[in-house]
Amino acid sequence: MAKRKLTYEEKIQEKLRKQEEKRMRRNERKARSIDSRPFAEISSFKIMIKSRRRKRVNRSRAGDIILFIVLGFAGILSVLPLVLIVSNAFKPLDEIFLYPPNFIVRNPTLNNFRDLGIVLATSLVPFSRYFFNTVMITIIGTVGHLIIASMCAYPLAKYKLPGNKFILTLITYSLMFPAAVTAIPHFLILNWFGLINTHWSIILPVIASSLGLYLMRQTMVNVPTSLLESAKLDGAGEFTIYRKIVMPLVKPASITLIILNFRSLWGAEGSVTIFSEQKKMLSYALSQIATAGPARQGTLAAVSLIMITVPIIMFIVSQNHMIDTMAHSGMK
Amino acid sequence: MEKAQVQNTTTVPASSKRMGKLRRWWREKSIQIDQWSRKKPFRRKMYLNRSLYLMMVPYLLLFSLFTVVPVVMSFALGFTYFNILETPKWVGWNNYLDLFLNDPIFIIAVKNTLIIALITGPIGYMLSFVVAWLINELPRYLRSIITLVFYAPSIAGGAITIWSLIFASDIYGYANAYLIEWGIISEPITWLQNAKYILPIVIIVQLWMSLGVNFLAMIAGLKGINREYYEAGAVDGIRNRWQELWYITLPNMKSILIFSAVIQIAGSLNVGAVTTALAGFPSVQYAGHTIVNHLQDYGHIRFEMGYASAIATVMFLAAILLNKLIRRIIRKVGT
Repeated sequence: MAKRKLTYEEKIQEKLRKQEEKRMRRNERKARSIDSRPFAEISSFKIMIKSRRRKRVNRSRAGDIILFIVLGFAGILSVLPLVLIVSNAFKPLDEIFLYPPNFIVRNPTLNNFRDLGIVLATSLVPFSRYFFNTVMITIIGTVGHLIIASMCAYPLAKYKLPGNKFILTLITYSLMFPAAVTAIPHFLILNWFGLINTHWSIILPVIASSLGLYLMRQTMVNVPTSLLESAKLDGAGEFTIYRKIVMPLVKPASITLIILNFRSLWGAEGSVTIFSEQKKMLSYALSQIATAGPARQGTLAAVSLIMITVPIIMFIVSQNHMIDTMAHSGMK
Repeated sequence: MEKAQVQNTTTVPASSKRMGKLRRWWREKSIQIDQWSRKKPFRRKMYLNRSLYLMMVPYLLLFSLFTVVPVVMSFALGFTYFNILETPKWVGWNNYLDLFLNDPIFIIAVKNTLIIALITGPIGYMLSFVVAWLINELPRYLRSIITLVFYAPSIAGGAITIWSLIFASDIYGYANAYLIEWGIISEPITWLQNAKYILPIVIIVQLWMSLGVNFLAMIAGLKGINREYYEAGAVDGIRNRWQELWYITLPNMKSILIFSAVIQIAGSLNVGAVTTALAGFPSVQYAGHTIVNHLQDYGHIRFEMGYASAIATVMFLAAILLNKLIRRIIRKVGT
C-alpha cells in the first residue's frame, strides 16, 4: 500500500502526540532520578509536593540579599585562579609572560595544545601508558577506600563493641599528626613489604587514610537505629544491612569522599616511591614537560588545563547527585 | 573441648564425608571457639558480633600499618638523635629540653602559629558553615556550580599566585596600585618583605582558603537533615532563620560539626605551605615562621629527624588539647 499523504489535522495530532510522549518520558526519568530505592513512589510523591511548595518557610528578603552579596564577592575572588588557568592555556607565549597577567586572553590561539601534541607524540613511553596508570590508580584507590572505610565505619558508628571507643580515638587523633614527620617511617614500611616501585605504594596509604573513615562514621551516626532493627527483624545480616540500608542513606557523605579521594589521587605524582618509567603517573609525565625551560611554558599551561578538567567534571557530576536524604521517610 | 569435637563428628557423619578437609577443620574450630566464648560475657559479646569485627578487619589492618605504626615510630624517634643515614641514638628528653629552652626561633614559631590558628580557626570554621548553609537552599544545578566556585582554589591550586599578584611589592601589584591611585600611600609598600605585614596577609589568605574539606563535609551534613523537621519547626512556632538554625539545623548535624572541628584544628595548626609560598623561607625576621616551617627546616633541610619528631609530638599534643576544648563547646550547641 502506498504511503498516504497526511492531512493537516493529522499532522498536528501527530505532533501533539509526540510532545505528549516526550513529556511523559521526561517525567518518568525525573521520577527515576529522584529515587530508585524501595518506597520510591511514596518518596518521589513527597518530593513533588515539596517542590510545588518551592520556598522554605521563614525567610526574609533583606537577609537573602545581604548574604548573597557577601557570597558573590567571595565567589569572584575564589574563581579567579581557575579563570587564569583556563585563559593561560589559550595565550600565545608572549602573553603568558606578561606581568601583571591578563585574566582574559587577548589573542586566543591553539598553539599550546599543538605543541603538547608534538611533545607527547615523540615521548619514549607511549602516552596512553601514563594515562592508564593514573586512571587505574584513581579508580582502585577511590572505590577501595569507599568500600573498606565505610565497611569499618558502620560498626564504629552504630554499635557499642568492645574496643570501638579506642579505635575511634586513634582515628581522630591520627588526623592531627603532621604528615611531614611520618614520611620516613612510611617509606620504611612500604619497603619492608616490598611495595616500593609498585602502584600499591600509592593506593594502600590512600585506602588507609583516616579522613574518609571519620567522615563516614560521623554521618552514619545519624542513621536511625530503628531502621536497622526492623531490617534485622526481617532477617537481614549485618553485611546486607550495611550494603542495602546504610550505604544508600549516607550517599552525600560518600559523594564527598569520592570527590576528595579522586582529587588527591588524580594529582598524585608518585615520584618518591615509583622509579620505573613504565609505572609513572600522568601528572609526573606532564610535569616533566615543563622542566624544559621557558619555551615550554605554553605547553605547561595547556597541560594544567587538561589536568584540572577531569576533577572538575567529576566534581560537578557527583555534586549533582547530592539530594536530600530519605532516612526518616519510611517511619511513621 | 573434646566432647564438642566428638559430638560434631557423630551428629553429622554424612555431610562431613562430603565436606573438604579445610571446611571440616573450620567447622570444628568454630565450635571450639563457640564453647570457649561461653565462659565469659566479654568474650561472648565479641564472638556474637564476629561479623561486625570481620567487616572492620581490612581497614584496621591497613590503618595500623600505614598510620599507627608510622606515628608510633616518630614518637619514638622524638627521643633520639637521627640523621637518616646513621642508626638513631637515644638522647632521652634532650630534644624537648632544647626545644623549649635553647631554641628562640621555636618560640617565635609557636607564637605565630597560635596567632594564625586562633584567628583563622574559628572564623574559617564559621565561614565554611555559613557558605555551605546558604548554598544548601539553592536549586540543585546552581548549587553544584556555586560549590565548585568556592571549592575551585582547592582543585585548581593556583590560590597563591593570585594573592602574590595582589600583594606584589612593586607598583604593578594590585594592592599597591589601588592604594596609590586613591592617594592613601605615595610609594609602593613591600608587603611580603616587611615583617609588619606578613602575618596579617598570611591570615587573610589562610581564611580565604578555609573552604576546603570541612566545607564539603558540611554540605553533605546539611543534606543529611530530614526536611520534615523544618516544617514541624515552623508549625511549632519557629519565627526566623536564626531560630531555625540554632534549634533545628545545628543540633541535627552535630556529628558533622565535630568532624569539621577536628579537620579545622588540624588544618589551622598545620599552616606552613602558605607562608612559604607567600613570604619565602625563611621569611623576613621569621615574621611568618610557623611550627610546620620549623619542622620542615629540621626535617628536610638539616636532616635532624629526631628533633623534627619532637616538634611534631608537641604539635600533636597541642591539637589534642584544643580538640578536647572544642568538643566541650560543641556539646552545648542547640541547648
